Amino acid sequence: MIAANALTIRFSADGPPAVDDVTFAVQRGEAFGLVGESGSGKSTVLRALAGLNPRYDGAILLDGAPVPPLRPKAFFKRVQMVFQDPYGSLHPRQTIQSQLLEPLANQGLPQPPAAADAALDAVGLPRAARYRYPHQLSGGQRQRVAIARALMLEPEVLLLDEPTSALDVSVQAEILNLLSDLRQARNLTYVLVSHDLSVIAHMCDRVAVMRMGKIVDAFAADRLRTGAVNHEYSRELLAASEAYGG
Amino acid sequence: MTATPLVEARNLNIAFGRGPAALKVVRNVSFTLGREKLAIVGESGAGKSTVGRALMRLLPPSAHMTADALRFADVDLIAASEKQMMALRGRRMGLIMQDPKYSLNPVMPVGEQIAESWRLHHPGREGARQAQERTLAMLEAVQIRDPARVAKLYPHEVSGGMGQRVMIAMMLISGPDLLIADEPTSALDVTVRLEVLALLDELIARRGLGLIFISHDLNLVRRFCDRVIIMYAGQVVETLAAADLDRAEHPYTRNLLASLPSIRHPRPRLPVMTRDPAWAQDRRAAP
Repeated sequence: MIAANALTIRFSADGPPAVDDVTFAVQRGEAFGLVGESGSGKSTVLRALAGLNPRYDGAILLDGAPVPPLRPKAFFKRVQMVFQDPYGSLHPRQTIQSQLLEPLANQGLPQPPAAADAALDAVGLPRAARYRYPHQLSGGQRQRVAIARALMLEPEVLLLDEPTSALDVSVQAEILNLLSDLRQARNLTYVLVSHDLSVIAHMCDRVAVMRMGKIVDAFAADRLRTGAVNHEYSRELLAASEAYGG
Repeated sequence: MTATPLVEARNLNIAFGRGPAALKVVRNVSFTLGREKLAIVGESGAGKSTVGRALMRLLPPSAHMTADALRFADVDLIAASEKQMMALRGRRMGLIMQDPKYSLNPVMPVGEQIAESWRLHHPGREGARQAQERTLAMLEAVQIRDPARVAKLYPHEVSGGMGQRVMIAMMLISGPDLLIADEPTSALDVTVRLEVLALLDELIARRGLGLIFISHDLNLVRRFCDRVIIMYAGQVVETLAAADLDRAEHPYTRNLLASLPSIRHPRPRLPVMTRDPAWAQDRRAAP
């Protein structure tokens, strides 16, 4: 469905690349996890997939065909992104409704207000929320809006960058459940970036471990559950995550 | 626990604003702290950080604080003058904040910031002379290799884990009795988090400090602390030994534990919290 081939990203001419020769392919309907610590390059990979950073070497493929670094409009109908901090990714002075309808406007599509209702229904928010501003919503509600907005164009792929790390655990549980339900109902493909192995283990089918710009290990997520990971760094991460009960 | 507790709070109440419209963010919170590691756990808005700030008397002017008792060792924190508080803060009670990126001065080398903390509490020539030496010793105590080099670095030149070690060094250099750590490891990566916690643990044990550890992370607290206070909507709903968390009785605590995704025991769906309005109702004040 979506794939990276020898993806390399540099932010400075000298020094090591932020993303170094990263290759992976995500099947349709699959949930693929990218895990790593800060600075490992996991979010940089995701931003490149989303087209937020057009300066990369290597190729990003959608359905097997490379997409141009400067993405055409049609790309965003198929691939959408949800960011970590919903407060930072929603416009503070626009109503929820106008933000939900904006992706439609960007694509030159009609913007019936009913579309906003449907989107709010899908993420379990009351329809009255459409007249609210982001600061009038809780963190969990804001993340629901961000997900609703990403779903407006009925994409096939959702890129999720730490979608729950700014939330309380009880709210995290609600959002993770929502994401699971949506994936099932709409046969979505997920690429999920997180530093939290338990979130990755809960959500994903396959996992790639990143460190210093490289994918150092990749395995089926159920290997996390049995503890059968082989690479030294993956074991270290798993041990650290489990050291406090995760 | 020692005979006189290090900290005693009885029916602590904090409200923002006055009159009927006042927002009560902390309601009848009571606890005592000895030379132990006490966690205050709750979700955002539960009032846990506000309790920590209240102990340092660092609440904004719009906050109104009342209590039947709020004491730190022999000091009445409600009656204490600002001057008395100045002598306590940093000297006898230290506060470690979440993110070293925002709590260190960005335009001052980290060693200088630690030394400043020492000089502040040891005025005069003697203090100034010792500052440098103490700083380097303290950096070594928080397991920083090559302290002389690191002392000259600016905050943006050190990693998150190192920044948090610097914060710990800064708070411990004047030899406090009480450390209040407000989410000290939430901004750190898991592997670094473990190192910082181990370090904190060792320093606390060796110096015999009391620790109030404010966190939203039940798993972390369970491994790291002795006792846990669970706060919900400004009140303490449950207090238990960290080892007994699995035997928690309050539905909120149990729900909180259940909603964590687990690596080893996957479930198709996570249990979702249904909040009983009764949890937020006023509970009885302590006698």
